[in-house]
Amino acid sequence: MSEYVLEMLNISKEYSGNQVLKDVTIKVKPGEIHALLGENGAGKSTLMNILFGMPVISSTGGFGGRVIIDGEESKIKSPNDAIHAGIGMVHQEFMLIPGFTVTENIKLNREITRPNMASRIFGKSMETLDVDAMTKDAEAALKKVGMDIDAYAEVAGLPVGHMQFIEIAREVDKRGIKLLVFDEPTAVLTEQEAATLIKAMKELASEGIAILFITHRLDEVIEAADNITILRDGVQVANLPVAEATVAKLAELMIGREVDRSAMGEPRDLSNEEVVLSLKNLTVDMPGEEVKGVSFDVYKGEIFGIGGLAGQGKLGIPNGIMGMYHADGEVVFEGEPIELNNTKKALSRGLAFVSEDRRGVGLLLEESIEDNIVFTAMQAKNEFLLKFGPITLKDSGKIRRHANDMINLLDIRCTGATQYAGRLSGGNQQKVCVAKAITLGPKLLFVSEPTRGIDIGAKKLVLDFLTKLNREEGVTVVMVSSELVELKTVCDRIAIVSEGKVNAIMKPTDSDVDFGLAMSGYKKNKGGAEDGKA
Amino acid sequence: MQKGKERAAFMDFIFRNKVAILFSIVSLLCLYVSGIQVSFLIKELLTRLARNSFLVLALIIPVIAGMGMNFSIVIGAMSAQAAIIMVTYFKLSGIVALIATFVLALPLSVFFGWLTGKVLNRAVGQEMITGMMLGYFANGIYQMIFLVLVGSAIIPIVDPDLLLSTGVGVRNSIDLTNTIKYTMDNIIQVPAVWFLVALGAFGIFWFVRKALMAKKKGEAMSVHIFMAAMSAALVAVVLMPGVYYGLMTSGAGKTPLQVPLFTFFMIFLLFLFNGFFLKTRLGQNLRTVGNSRQVANSAGINVDKMRITAIVISTVLAAWGQIIYLQNVGTLQTMTSHESVGLYAVAAIVVGGASVKKATNAQAIIGVVLFHTLFIVSPQAGQALFNNAQLGEFFRVFLSYGVIALALALHAWERIKKGKGEEGAEAQLPPAGEDGAKAASES
Repeated sequence: MSEYVLEMLNISKEYSGNQVLKDVTIKVKPGEIHALLGENGAGKSTLMNILFGMPVISSTGGFGGRVIIDGEESKIKSPNDAIHAGIGMVHQEFMLIPGFTVTENIKLNREITRPNMASRIFGKSMETLDVDAMTKDAEAALKKVGMDIDAYAEVAGLPVGHMQFIEIAREVDKRGIKLLVFDEPTAVLTEQEAATLIKAMKELASEGIAILFITHRLDEVIEAADNITILRDGVQVANLPVAEATVAKLAELMIGREVDRSAMGEPRDLSNEEVVLSLKNLTVDMPGEEVKGVSFDVYKGEIFGIGGLAGQGKLGIPNGIMGMYHADGEVVFEGEPIELNNTKKALSRGLAFVSEDRRGVGLLLEESIEDNIVFTAMQAKNEFLLKFGPITLKDSGKIRRHANDMINLLDIRCTGATQYAGRLSGGNQQKVCVAKAITLGPKLLFVSEPTRGIDIGAKKLVLDFLTKLNREEGVTVVMVSSELVELKTVCDRIAIVSEGKVNAIMKPTDSDVDFGLAMSGYKKNKGGAEDGKA
Repeated sequence: MQKGKERAAFMDFIFRNKVAILFSIVSLLCLYVSGIQVSFLIKELLTRLARNSFLVLALIIPVIAGMGMNFSIVIGAMSAQAAIIMVTYFKLSGIVALIATFVLALPLSVFFGWLTGKVLNRAVGQEMITGMMLGYFANGIYQMIFLVLVGSAIIPIVDPDLLLSTGVGVRNSIDLTNTIKYTMDNIIQVPAVWFLVALGAFGIFWFVRKALMAKKKGEAMSVHIFMAAMSAALVAVVLMPGVYYGLMTSGAGKTPLQVPLFTFFMIFLLFLFNGFFLKTRLGQNLRTVGNSRQVANSAGINVDKMRITAIVISTVLAAWGQIIYLQNVGTLQTMTSHESVGLYAVAAIVVGGASVKKATNAQAIIGVVLFHTLFIVSPQAGQALFNNAQLGEFFRVFLSYGVIALALALHAWERIKKGKGEEGAEAQLPPAGEDGAKAASES
């Protein structure tokens, strides 16, 4: 047995003359948590594709350098080989089947079977599934990752956070696993869930499983990792033990510039301004994010934050107002009630929404960037159209000019306005979503999880842009986010949602303790707290 | 509360089966207009059920593997016909001929199914239209072999009974009387009345049991009670004096009508196999592939191999289904018997309520019953309405395919209604699948 489970030595890779990895070396010992940091496009995915023998590597001319697993040259030619070599991957995009139960997903292609008459003739593949034994294994694996989920439940109805743990349970359930790759596992998790996850990771590591941890969250790296490798533009810029690292240092190494949090300015008190949006007893029937009677006011020109743990209902608020899920109650915008459950009406009143579900609701993945940007405006506002009598055509010239403006404005990294939105990285997809929303010229913009799963550089750009939009164009912004730090950086006021209701409306300058208490459902005894009523 | 739940469950049942219900209503109207005797309808229907069910059940596994309706079962049918021609050439007869046909059709259909699967793996998302085109292409090859090559220097056989008078090419029509005609049907025969009454009685027992179980679990039982009532209705109809007398005298020479029990037993076996198959490891893998190729691939399932497996199984079953069909028909129309096998099978299962994403055994059987009922009664109804035999045939085509087109539209409507809550998975699927099915309804 060699000292390292995995050694990737001097890895280089180029795609048609474009160097994406240059001389990268990573060594991971058994039981080590090794963090791999880097912005999107830094080469992390390519590195993992090489490790897993994805066809995309061999079909584009292979790679330079050597991969050594357990002291032997890697023979991995496909993801299946990787599984046999004891290497597992927890994917960023869920590799789960919604219509299957939790058990079926965990035991996917590793089902426990019983022989029967047919299998004696036709071989093992005709053996009957042993659902009881499978469920037992699944429950054990779920327990190991610290999750208590009904193994018989269908995945389709579960909250996003749970899905991540099911993915991990699946990897944990594999016997003989030596190395687990976590590809941004906490990107979709709440802080609490992320903490559970990191605990589970440490437990796995203590059993001798090596972990390669890809993430954007620097504090998690400090908390969980033993060693850290940082990539920037395909080059290995650092390889250091965690003892030598601080969040600031990592951030600097990763993006090569200081993260400046003061740029947003102090929170403002805008309670003298007119009330632009007023919710009265709003209920939203969004599975996993139910809203059970929420009331609050948003003042003109402010950035209003909505925070809270996952599954408590914060996502349901914008989704309900915009008609994505069935909603009841009263929503008054600029003094007039909004017809609920009618997205087009809401859009035409000057509301816009950047959905948390980028790939599902936000974007048409198989359409170009420019079409995505103008699509809603064409539908809701009849803009970017040319009319010749009864015939209506797209105004291609105007669309292209507008898209190019947006690409420059938001720094969308792409090959051009005609690139498919589905081909962009998460951060750039999010920028397209933002561009699409502001193309509507909204008076009030809902942004839901604007930075989920995107890298620090893109994150900062998106937040800066929202602030700029607010300060310079006077657009009122309602921002829903699981990341409290992000809300505290940008917002003027923050509502904390717990169990489908607003628990407290707080100042960004309030202490972390107060926020923590509010998020976990404790009531703050503050006379006249606006709408914290239950 | 309880009542509301029952009502909701029943309405849901009605909604899910709207196509079948629509078809039933149209069929009953036609039956009334045409003046056809119920016993005649039952006789015809039993024949067609025995002939066609196996073929329709062969469609289910590819649907589960996410490949839509398998129009390429035509290729299985051609394999079966090649086997029958061989058996005729070897002058086998009786049960030996039947077994030989089944055995000979197996390697042929496995091989051609494998080739079909290979092609369909290159046409992911377009399987239905590709399968249809493959069927036409295979038909060309089939015709070349049996019209041009057989009897020539390449396949130098001499058989004046089998070949055309020029000595090259197989006859257009081959009589199967001396080979496999009725060989399977004749293994066990029982009077139709017994068969139907037994079936109805079993239905009553089964659904009453289900209703009682549902009551115990506190689930809605209205649907089970409805099904039990339908079973009772079947028994009642069969025992009605007119129908009973008709069935007891509509066999050959005024004898009681007989039902090929063994053939139905084979169909029942396939019915069980489809259910059993889903509970196996292979079936689970196919379901995974059908749900998401990407997830299946990342779990280490060989997606291409699974898809080929699904098509091979389907093609083999289709070949056997075609043998069952032809042994009952008794004559092989060399160039045309296979032609619309895929089309009719798909039409039947769609009428039964299946979609390109979901198909069940029950939908297949119900589909065969309804599709063929309308096929039997509508020409007579047309004739009665318009006093013109030719218009009757036109009326059949118009009515059957019109209702299928409507059925497809209703399915699409249902999907839109459902899709509102759960966009994503459904919406992302390429709509290519529908094209094939629509094509079916237009021809």
